[in-house]
Amino acid sequence: MSHVHATSGSAANRVKSLVAALEGAGLLTEQRLDDAVASFLGRAQPATGARVVARAWVEAGFRGRLLDDANAAVAELGIDLTHWAPVKLRAVANEPGRHNLIVCTLCSCYPLALLGPSPAWYKSEAYRSRAVRDPRSILAEFGTQLAPGVEITVWDSTAEVRYLVLPERPAGTAGAREDELAALVTRDGLIGTALV
Amino acid sequence: MSKIHDIGGLHGFGELAIESDEPPFHHEWEARVFGINRILLGAGCYTLDEFRDAIERMPPAHYLAASYYERWLHAIETLVAAKGVLDVRGG
Repeated sequence: MSHVHATSGSAANRVKSLVAALEGAGLLTEQRLDDAVASFLGRAQPATGARVVARAWVEAGFRGRLLDDANAAVAELGIDLTHWAPVKLRAVANEPGRHNLIVCTLCSCYPLALLGPSPAWYKSEAYRSRAVRDPRSILAEFGTQLAPGVEITVWDSTAEVRYLVLPERPAGTAGAREDELAALVTRDGLIGTALV
Repeated sequence: MSKIHDIGGLHGFGELAIESDEPPFHHEWEARVFGINRILLGAGCYTLDEFRDAIERMPPAHYLAASYYERWLHAIETLVAAKGVLDVRGG
């Protein structure tokens, strides 16, 4: 058998060797590899998380169900959260006087299906280490200003539980349609590093 | 026992590197690592817990020096070797 556990060499070359070995063993093909990436990128979109938020803004009953059992609520919208494995989703609502921020201090847990591919900063040691100790400095780096006295709750994701921030509905959007509201919701707003 | 991946609260990792219009992957090989992992997990070659554990068992200096997807690559290489993934199919 070929020995693939290279300890030196560029990552690109190691990947090349690994793909060749796995192809030789009949475990993958170039086509399946491309499809695995493309199907993930096609499905994991922050617009999906935005759709959930907009529905919660326009329908109080849905908002209640989302906060009570987020898995069941997003399933109502036909959203499948399973990515690597089934996960428990919990939605946490920003309210006057209370802001939420999500992190995964141990690795990079994140509701991919709702937020799209996670940004490099979310997976960085800088964010993971500091979000739980000094979240205000994190928000400051994003240029996000909270009103004085707002309390921040930081949610540390695990292998089993993922979080989604439900931002406050922006002022002046009373007449907006649901799709217009969804367009206001950003990925960073769903993580809590930005306001919407 | 906490290991190197358990960095919540540690000081000294500096400022965030926030990119505007960040691509999902920064190098072609990163996308391939992502795809390989998806396929091998789907084929039951190893579990997600085993994958995570393989990253968490990296020597601390190696862990800190590696990029995010280099850790993934390390874990996949480790598990492919440890679990005889190539032996089973390749004979």
